[in-house]
Amino acid sequence: MADTATETSPLDGRAGSRADSAVIVEHPHLGKIDLRGDPGDTAFVDAVAEAIGAAPPIVANTVATAGKNSILWLGPDEWLLVTPEGNQGQAEGALRTALEGQHVSIVDTTDARTTIRLHGANARNVLMKGCPLDLHPRAFGPGQCAQSILAKADVLIHQLDDAPTYDIHVLCSFSRYLWDWLADAAKEFS
Amino acid sequence: MFLIDCPYCGPRQQTEFHCHGEAHIARPKDPDAISDAEWADYLFNRSNTMGVFYERWVHNHGCRRWFNVARDTVSDRILAVYRVGEKRPKVTK
Ligand SMILES: [Zn+2]
Repeated sequence: MADTATETSPLDGRAGSRADSAVIVEHPHLGKIDLRGDPGDTAFVDAVAEAIGAAPPIVANTVATAGKNSILWLGPDEWLLVTPEGNQGQAEGALRTALEGQHVSIVDTTDARTTIRLHGANARNVLMKGCPLDLHPRAFGPGQCAQSILAKADVLIHQLDDAPTYDIHVLCSFSRYLWDWLADAAKEFS
Repeated sequence: MFLIDCPYCGPRQQTEFHCHGEAHIARPKDPDAISDAEWADYLFNRSNTMGVFYERWVHNHGCRRWFNVARDTVSDRILAVYRVGEKRPKVTK
């Protein structure tokens, strides 16, 4: 009899942080689509807005949000669409239809990364222990994102609110290491 | 540690970047038409300037884009940052 494939998360069953002020929770399987195109071309911008509900942000290190879709700026011609679990096929199809015939790249990278959500009054202090970004509220706030390094792992950090809450997108192969690093970094706040 | 002003992301720490040597070295148009010595010169010889040096950097832990930097190799100060394809800016130490 054939086995049934089940989705498993790389961080399943991993012990978390005991600090209430720096909680870590995995949000596995979020849909993630890497999108490239020319932001100076209105046909491209309009088609993405039609398919996703939000135009790709032009300002560096910012996020455009429409309902449950977020489009994160990755570079001058590259974005990551983050969409709810299971929605990536539909979202990719909508992008392909809207961008038909245009010089673009649409790649489903859902399974490349998992997402660790770090939340609480000391969340910023935990991040600051291993990340060279200026995370002070005057420089980095809700609706902003940045690719950088966290404890030597490549990450994409997206600040969601003032709690503060951060979504840390990290390659699955680095996720156990980073999860354990975050749990350890949060220890002093428990 | 110093900050490098990525032309796309803004100022970021040096650890997010890598330097890849001298910029503005044009690949010979017809490699078959030149001597081994000329080819080796293109591949290996660099000016090793003391003073203002134009070099290629990549923001490999950030936006992964390449750009050019004018750096004073004596003081290690970055004097200008500019995009690939742009002319090298005149800078003074
Ligand atoms: Zn950059």
